[in-house]
Amino acid sequence: MSADERRYVKVHPAAVRVTHWINVVAMAIMIGSGWRIWNSSPIFDFSFPVAITIGGDPAASQDVHNELGLAGALQWHFAGMWLLAINGLIYFVYGIWSGHFRRALFPLSPAAFIRDVLAALTFRLPHRLGVYNAVQKTLYLGVLLAGVVMVLTGLAIWKPGQFQELAFLFGGFDTARLIHFLGMAAIVLFLFVHVTLVIIVPKTLPTMITGHAPAHRDETLQENAA
Amino acid sequence: MSALADSKNVLRQGVVRTIERRAFLKQGLSLGALTLLTGCDVTDQDSVQTALNAISRWNDRVQAALFSNRLMPTYPESAAVKDFRFNAYYGEDAVPKIEGATFKLGLSGLIDNRKPWTLAELYALPQTSQVTRHVCVEGWSMIGKWSGVPFRTFLERIGADLTAKYVGFECADGYYSSIDMASALHPQTLLTFKISDEILAPKYGYPLKLRIPTKLGFKNPKWITAMYVTNRFPGGFWEDRGYNWFAGI
Repeated sequence: MSADERRYVKVHPAAVRVTHWINVVAMAIMIGSGWRIWNSSPIFDFSFPVAITIGGDPAASQDVHNELGLAGALQWHFAGMWLLAINGLIYFVYGIWSGHFRRALFPLSPAAFIRDVLAALTFRLPHRLGVYNAVQKTLYLGVLLAGVVMVLTGLAIWKPGQFQELAFLFGGFDTARLIHFLGMAAIVLFLFVHVTLVIIVPKTLPTMITGHAPAHRDETLQENAA
Repeated sequence: MSALADSKNVLRQGVVRTIERRAFLKQGLSLGALTLLTGCDVTDQDSVQTALNAISRWNDRVQAALFSNRLMPTYPESAAVKDFRFNAYYGEDAVPKIEGATFKLGLSGLIDNRKPWTLAELYALPQTSQVTRHVCVEGWSMIGKWSGVPFRTFLERIGADLTAKYVGFECADGYYSSIDMASALHPQTLLTFKISDEILAPKYGYPLKLRIPTKLGFKNPKWITAMYVTNRFPGGFWEDRGYNWFAGI
């Protein structure tokens, strides 16, 4: 191994990087348009600011359609679902098939989670690129689960008739819709933490683009040993 | 004066938007620019709108493939809401007031017997009831009880071409809509006369409403005055304004 090769380690496979960034676009479309759909008939007594929703210009929509941009938001949502679903499917098939999930997200134990939470609270939790601690593993597994729940509840409220068993599984149309909202809230909360951590540890950002990270000494040693 | 000011304002906004869009393109699709997607007026661009319309038509085909004659869930009568929500593209005070005694349902298109139907003739047809969930495109839903003649029975009675693609509806308030023949023939699709065991009140579409529990609420036209069978895509009031046409649930 040459000195140049030794200085960098590969941390994110290309499939993970490509699906990650496509997912960023899909998430922006689904959340932005979903917020506007929410506004047309909110479950709880609040609305999202129209400026941060997707679905075209509400004023133009009001002039032409006599509605505040719901039609546009629905078009975006039901177009974005294909991007989300196809990209997500590729990611899941790759993650399971290649062993990426097994290597990156497991093993995971409650004891390790508590240990790493305590370490994080005392600022002693190391952040090593490409190697996830138990808190990260839990968050990533959690957001993947939330993603699956979003797709399933999305199908349940899109087709509460044709997929009535699925709607029943989530407690019926109205409850499935509520879970669809709570899943969004969980994902947005994750995104908030995720992006905050990227801002705190900015070296993670280029790594998600190039796939490579400068090697730490111990990792270089490991590479040499292997 | 205010119209002039308005048009100037629109013009100014247009210029600002063009400049913003150029800057946007220069910056490229960075992560920061990507978050701008939420705020900017992407749908104003024709190519984006064309793509969205094309995907909506694709979704029509996907939904037609997913459609089956399976029955939509039904509920006990106690679950039916008596004071059902009023819904139209205008206020409740503007609903059409139709005179039942002189009302006639007009028929046209691929139908053998296009003789208009009076209410007395319609009421004499075999009737059935259902307690089903009305799902609105906006997201709310409500369970109600509707009664009327199975739409399939009526289509057969008038000699409609059941191999045609679409059934279209015209309403007294200018509303119009259309459905695919497969959904029209679904056993729970009703030409409805009653809600909550009472003749439809004016706000619920007196004298005729289509109750089609396999589709979203806006595919359930009220105050129907005419219907036709056709192979030419008829569109609809909301459908022509961007709502998905098939709108199946």
